[in-house]
Amino acid sequence: MVKRSGLIGACLALLLGCSTATGPVLYQRLGAEEGINAIVDGLLFEIEHDERIVHHFADSDIGRFRAMLTEQLCDLTGGPCQYSGSTMQQSHTGFNITLADYDALVEGLIKVMQRQQISITDQNALLALLAPMYKDISYR
Amino acid sequence: MNLRLLLIIFFCLPTLASAGSKIIATGGATTVEGNAGGGIVPWAVINGYASSDEWSVTTFAGRVGVNDFSLNSAGIALSLDNTWELSYARQRFALESIGGSLSQDIFSVKYHLAGELLYTAMPQISLGIQHKRNLDFALPQAVGARSANGTDFYLAASKLLFNQVAGRNLLLNGTLRASKANQTGLLGFGSSNDNSYQLLFEGSAAVLLNYNLALGIEYKQKPDNLAFAAEQHWRDIFIAWFINKNVSVTGAYVDLGNIAGQGSQTGYYLALEATW
Repeated sequence: MVKRSGLIGACLALLLGCSTATGPVLYQRLGAEEGINAIVDGLLFEIEHDERIVHHFADSDIGRFRAMLTEQLCDLTGGPCQYSGSTMQQSHTGFNITLADYDALVEGLIKVMQRQQISITDQNALLALLAPMYKDISYR
Repeated sequence: MNLRLLLIIFFCLPTLASAGSKIIATGGATTVEGNAGGGIVPWAVINGYASSDEWSVTTFAGRVGVNDFSLNSAGIALSLDNTWELSYARQRFALESIGGSLSQDIFSVKYHLAGELLYTAMPQISLGIQHKRNLDFALPQAVGARSANGTDFYLAASKLLFNQVAGRNLLLNGTLRASKANQTGLLGFGSSNDNSYQLLFEGSAAVLLNYNLALGIEYKQKPDNLAFAAEQHWRDIFIAWFINKNVSVTGAYVDLGNIAGQGSQTGYYLALEATW
């Protein structure tokens, strides 16, 4: 049993070692400006066609939303941008974004990333950055 | 019973509508006891894909086949609001080499207390109750079990960690259970000289190879109340394929240790699940 868990530990260490190898930042791996633009446009398309959440955007300035989200993703993923928009808490207050709304948006994002054939590793790296925003976005 | 349920599931497949809003695989598979989890360990996740203000129904049928025994189980669960999971399962444990069988009903309630599997730093935490009713108590009584019915309580914590193992997401689960059950209740509850609850640990770890495939291991600590035969811990290595939000299949290699004096019970687990 001890020997076996040691072996499992060694395998895990090996796998974890691979994932921390240095390389281009996520921004580059997602295709830099062009890639981020494609993700944002894809997500806007998904939102527009998702009756579960499209109503939250009825009064939104889509142009500004697009620009801010692009800037934010660029900033978050290590690109040459500085997010200049309001905090997630400020921008979602009054919308009462539910867990189901958040799930729907994440599902939309996954669909876009799959369509763009982003590697599963890079998809997970982006999700790791976005998922924790739930506490600032939901139920406000 | 299982065959009939499987047929119902199959004939219903084409009519299944889109499930709830939760992300695929986040409802877990269904344990042999009817709770969302792995194959033998209940997790803190709620079965099916009902997110907030949604509901879903999950059915499953599974079979464990080890050297001298088989365990058929089937059940149904109703999930509400990603908060409540109400489930029923029927198990039939066949003593293939000794002859005869033991059955039990399992009625469970799970309540999601705090945390969100994907979105909060705090793990998702749920409290569960399983009420089990043994339907063939003559044999368990003959080997020293005190009671035909018993209630287990468990506290489960589950967390999905993104981008952990070769860029894949890692699901970790720990469950603490208070139980009097002998062989999970198939051999009744307690013994003539011990009727106290024991605190037991159960754990699972799974790597999501992609959105649809999970590869994992499970461990379930068990009590050893009955003098007639030693009871051992259960372990398994499983792979779950979430084909879509409506259908998933789970297969596992299981090691159930010694059961009722029959040594080294290893074999397979296969389960089919349908959700809508």
